[in-house]
Amino acid sequence: MDFVIGHFNSVTYIILMMIGLYAMTGKTNLVKKLVGMNIFQWSIILFVVSLGAKRSATIPIVEGGHVEHLILQASRYVNPLPHVLMLTAIVVGVATTGVGLALLLRIYKRYGTLEEDEVLEKVRASGD
Amino acid sequence: MNIHQSALPVLIIAVPLITALILPVVALWKRGMAFPLALAALAFSFGGAIVAAREVVTHGPLRYSMGGWAPPWGIEYHIDHLAALMLLLLSFITLLVGIYSKKSILKELPEKEVPFYAVYLLLVSGLMGIVATADMFNLYVFLEITSLASYALISVGGGRAVVSAFRYVILGTVGAAFYLLSVSYLYGVTGTLNMEDLSSILPGLYQSDAVLVGFAFFVIGISIKMALFPMHAWLPGAYSDAPSAVSALIAATTTKVAAYVLVRVMFFVFEPRFAIEFIPVTTLLSWMGSVAMFLGSVMAIAQTDFKRMLAYSSIAQIGYIILGIGLANQAGFTGGLLHLVNHAFMKGCLFLVAGAIVYRTGLRRISDFRTLSGKMPWTVAIFIIAAFSMIGIPPTCGFFSKLYLIAGAIEAQQWVFVGVILFSSVLALAYFGNVIRYMYFPSEVAVGESGPEEEPTRDEAPLTMLIPMICLAVLIVLLGFFNGDVVSHFLVPALPESFTR
Repeated sequence: MDFVIGHFNSVTYIILMMIGLYAMTGKTNLVKKLVGMNIFQWSIILFVVSLGAKRSATIPIVEGGHVEHLILQASRYVNPLPHVLMLTAIVVGVATTGVGLALLLRIYKRYGTLEEDEVLEKVRASGD
Repeated sequence: MNIHQSALPVLIIAVPLITALILPVVALWKRGMAFPLALAALAFSFGGAIVAAREVVTHGPLRYSMGGWAPPWGIEYHIDHLAALMLLLLSFITLLVGIYSKKSILKELPEKEVPFYAVYLLLVSGLMGIVATADMFNLYVFLEITSLASYALISVGGGRAVVSAFRYVILGTVGAAFYLLSVSYLYGVTGTLNMEDLSSILPGLYQSDAVLVGFAFFVIGISIKMALFPMHAWLPGAYSDAPSAVSALIAATTTKVAAYVLVRVMFFVFEPRFAIEFIPVTTLLSWMGSVAMFLGSVMAIAQTDFKRMLAYSSIAQIGYIILGIGLANQAGFTGGLLHLVNHAFMKGCLFLVAGAIVYRTGLRRISDFRTLSGKMPWTVAIFIIAAFSMIGIPPTCGFFSKLYLIAGAIEAQQWVFVGVILFSSVLALAYFGNVIRYMYFPSEVAVGESGPEEEPTRDEAPLTMLIPMICLAVLIVLLGFFNGDVVSHFLVPALPESFTR
């Protein structure tokens, strides 16, 4: 139990990731697969954001100039880089979702359904 | 001008990227400008890659710090010998496929050439960015640019291409997500993203669980990206349903770049001894590679569709590359990387041939190829050269990379791998021989089929399609003759230190 509380962020992201993986593999509806893919991505983003979180710390700006004379206590400052990186990852994720949805629109227009087994059946029937 | 202080490493990537953005705007004003503009950007990258490669070979690696921020704080671009070779390869193939695509896109995607070339250039800049960057997170961004562009390009292939592209979206995103997770673990432990900085910090942390987990996620994620068996499910559909030019481009580049990333991170960010001793990843990879070689070839024999056969053959060829890398000795490593280069040319050439056949005759089934040798003699001749190289017949380049691979397997005393390489070559002979049989000996295979044989009329592919194919075919033979130069100028300096001892 201590392990779970100590690694709360890891446990959460693994559970979310497994939910996403289940949706991607276990569901036949293509929209649900895409949602699963999103959950999978966001779980990782959530994990990295949690890595950068820190209580009772401040922004990484050193007051008073002359850095070389100060002894910096790293624990007092928050590293903003994980959050900034994840901002980029979120943008990438949104773009991927957009492409995925556009493809789903094309699939629906062509085959009239978004259930994977029905789509595959129609692909086989049309023979292309 | 001093190249070592110039922005050349960035310009090679930035020019296609910026052209991709301004191309749709220019095309609003004048539609016909799209193709020349795209070609100019590709030609610039190729020229830049030649200059960079010459400089790297004579004076050593090029470096560039983005925005003047010194590494490890800023993003660094680092072109070493291996990266220079990859840039040369990528820019040359993308330029040739660009020339080739003019006619085939006019026919397959009429009125869509403006978005096509914009996305094409995005794909190119993503690929070259992956090669040039020395920053783990920047690599992730380029990986996703490449993937997104290839999803879009594959999906316009018509027919079931959308379904194949959607499958690729799901699997490709999982691969990229695993890569992101591995980067965040490594960053969490080391606090740096710069590859060189990582490689100096990591050796002290090899026992750490987070590093092990990060490395494992990296290997899995990148294996999905390069379609290593059994993570290849997206590849056959994606390669065979895409438009002809896109098939050639993607087959020749995307999986190769992923293999390059594997080499770069496994042997240069981590040390070779980590992947060999701490966790036996290299052994695992070479076994997975040999299974891929065997099963990919068997699946290729079973195909009736020409492009699908080439796609399964790609899975087998990825197996060769990974086997060579996994052997982790000098000959094996050289063979794996040489095969990476060779295979890019061979498979690019073969997919261009497939596209030319579709362009002129609309044929895709191998059993329909009976009249081709009379109709398109040049295209068929080019096919023969590329197919011989795939099988590994000297003096084509495919023979020499297989020779290195076998030497590496013997050096590692792995006789099973020697057997698999030879047996897989025999299987390649089987599936390419089948196509050659239909092309050149139609009377023999047509026995029992009634109907008058019509005299085929000569109907060769147009010149803009033929010239890129001829260039690649000539290069396949030339690379065979001059493989020693490629090895001594690019691959030997790129060897990890522990291999040369």
